[in-house]
Amino acid sequence: MTLTEWLGTALVIAGVPFLLSGTLGLLRFPDVYTRLHALAKGDNVGLGLICVGLGIQSGSVTVALKLLLIWVLMLIASATGAGLIARTALARGLKPWGL
Amino acid sequence: MAPLASHAYDLLLAGALLWLAWQATHAADLFRSVISFIVFGLLMALAWIRLDAPDIALAEAAIGAGVTGALLLSALGRLTSAPAEKPAATRRWPGTIAVLALAATVLALLGAAAWQLPAPGLGDAVAGHMPRAGVDNPVTGVLLNFRAFDTLLEIGVLLLAVVAIWSLGPTPEPLVPAIPSPALPALGRMLWPMFVLATFYLLWRGTHAPGGAFQAGAVLGAGGILVILAGARPWLTGEDNGPWRWLLSLGVVTMLLAALSTTLIGQRFFEYPESAAAGVILVLEITAAISIAMLLFAAYLNGQPPARWRGYPHS
Repeated sequence: MTLTEWLGTALVIAGVPFLLSGTLGLLRFPDVYTRLHALAKGDNVGLGLICVGLGIQSGSVTVALKLLLIWVLMLIASATGAGLIARTALARGLKPWGL
Repeated sequence: MAPLASHAYDLLLAGALLWLAWQATHAADLFRSVISFIVFGLLMALAWIRLDAPDIALAEAAIGAGVTGALLLSALGRLTSAPAEKPAATRRWPGTIAVLALAATVLALLGAAAWQLPAPGLGDAVAGHMPRAGVDNPVTGVLLNFRAFDTLLEIGVLLLAVVAIWSLGPTPEPLVPAIPSPALPALGRMLWPMFVLATFYLLWRGTHAPGGAFQAGAVLGAGGILVILAGARPWLTGEDNGPWRWLLSLGVVTMLLAALSTTLIGQRFFEYPESAAAGVILVLEITAAISIAMLLFAAYLNGQPPARWRGYPHS
């Protein structure tokens, strides 16, 4: 394997624990706000690492840029989605855990 | 991928699809059903990718998961919040057994039919005729040339669905979420150009690679829905004889015109002259995409929009 393949694989593997911890947080955290926190943070870092890793592995600038665009769109969408869910939950009177 | 890992992945995907289908139809909570349905659509798109059918995967993700999901969620939000009916404690076994027997019979018949399909399929026949299709992408060739009649009927079904939805009553208000968020209008402004760009990209790609009218139309329609959710006033009105009715039926009308003019110049129904095929397909592709985008958007309005939005509450 060439150096770029090693680097790409290493980045993809580095992304997996972030996705796992995001999922673990979604399953184990006590309320909607903490779950959103775990999911929106962990998954986005994990996805970013995987997109960068795959982009390096592809060896093509066009493909790498498309993967980066996917990541940026996901960042925007997940930030908005998490905000909407949290705002709706707060307006419906769901109290944050521990308050 | 190693064969073992790829088999394990496929099995996991198939199992998840079955489980989600069960959840979508049998969950006691409607919200859970809708979410299961949306996730089902996304995983179904993955399954189509595994089957090397990226065209269907794109359409499934955009229409099956995206637009239909938004439609179901908005319908769910408008249901009167009556206490959810608890499933009856006593199971009706005879009914369940009858349904299971029927499902098993249909599955067996489908399996038998699939087993008897000619082994290489129609791929070779399509490939043999591709030089005369007017496009390079075999899927577009089949959809808009060899089997254009099927596509005409598919767009016709969409048009009928919108007619049915509009006939149910006026668009209920409000169109915007009950709890406004500053993030949503910002998102709409930021992403709308991306939706338009992606639409043109998919349309242009359709001639030589996966993409085309259905995918492009679905993306544009979904973008329209997002902008409406962000608080924009729709320009589509339900006015009698209004221009939007023509745009909604544009796809069907153009396809019918193309089909009829081929018979007028002595060809068979929907048999384009070879020299004009590329141009005809381009026109059909663009008009179909516009129509599909408008139809999906119109379906999302949940009823006939008013003749004027001015003065409509919340607009």
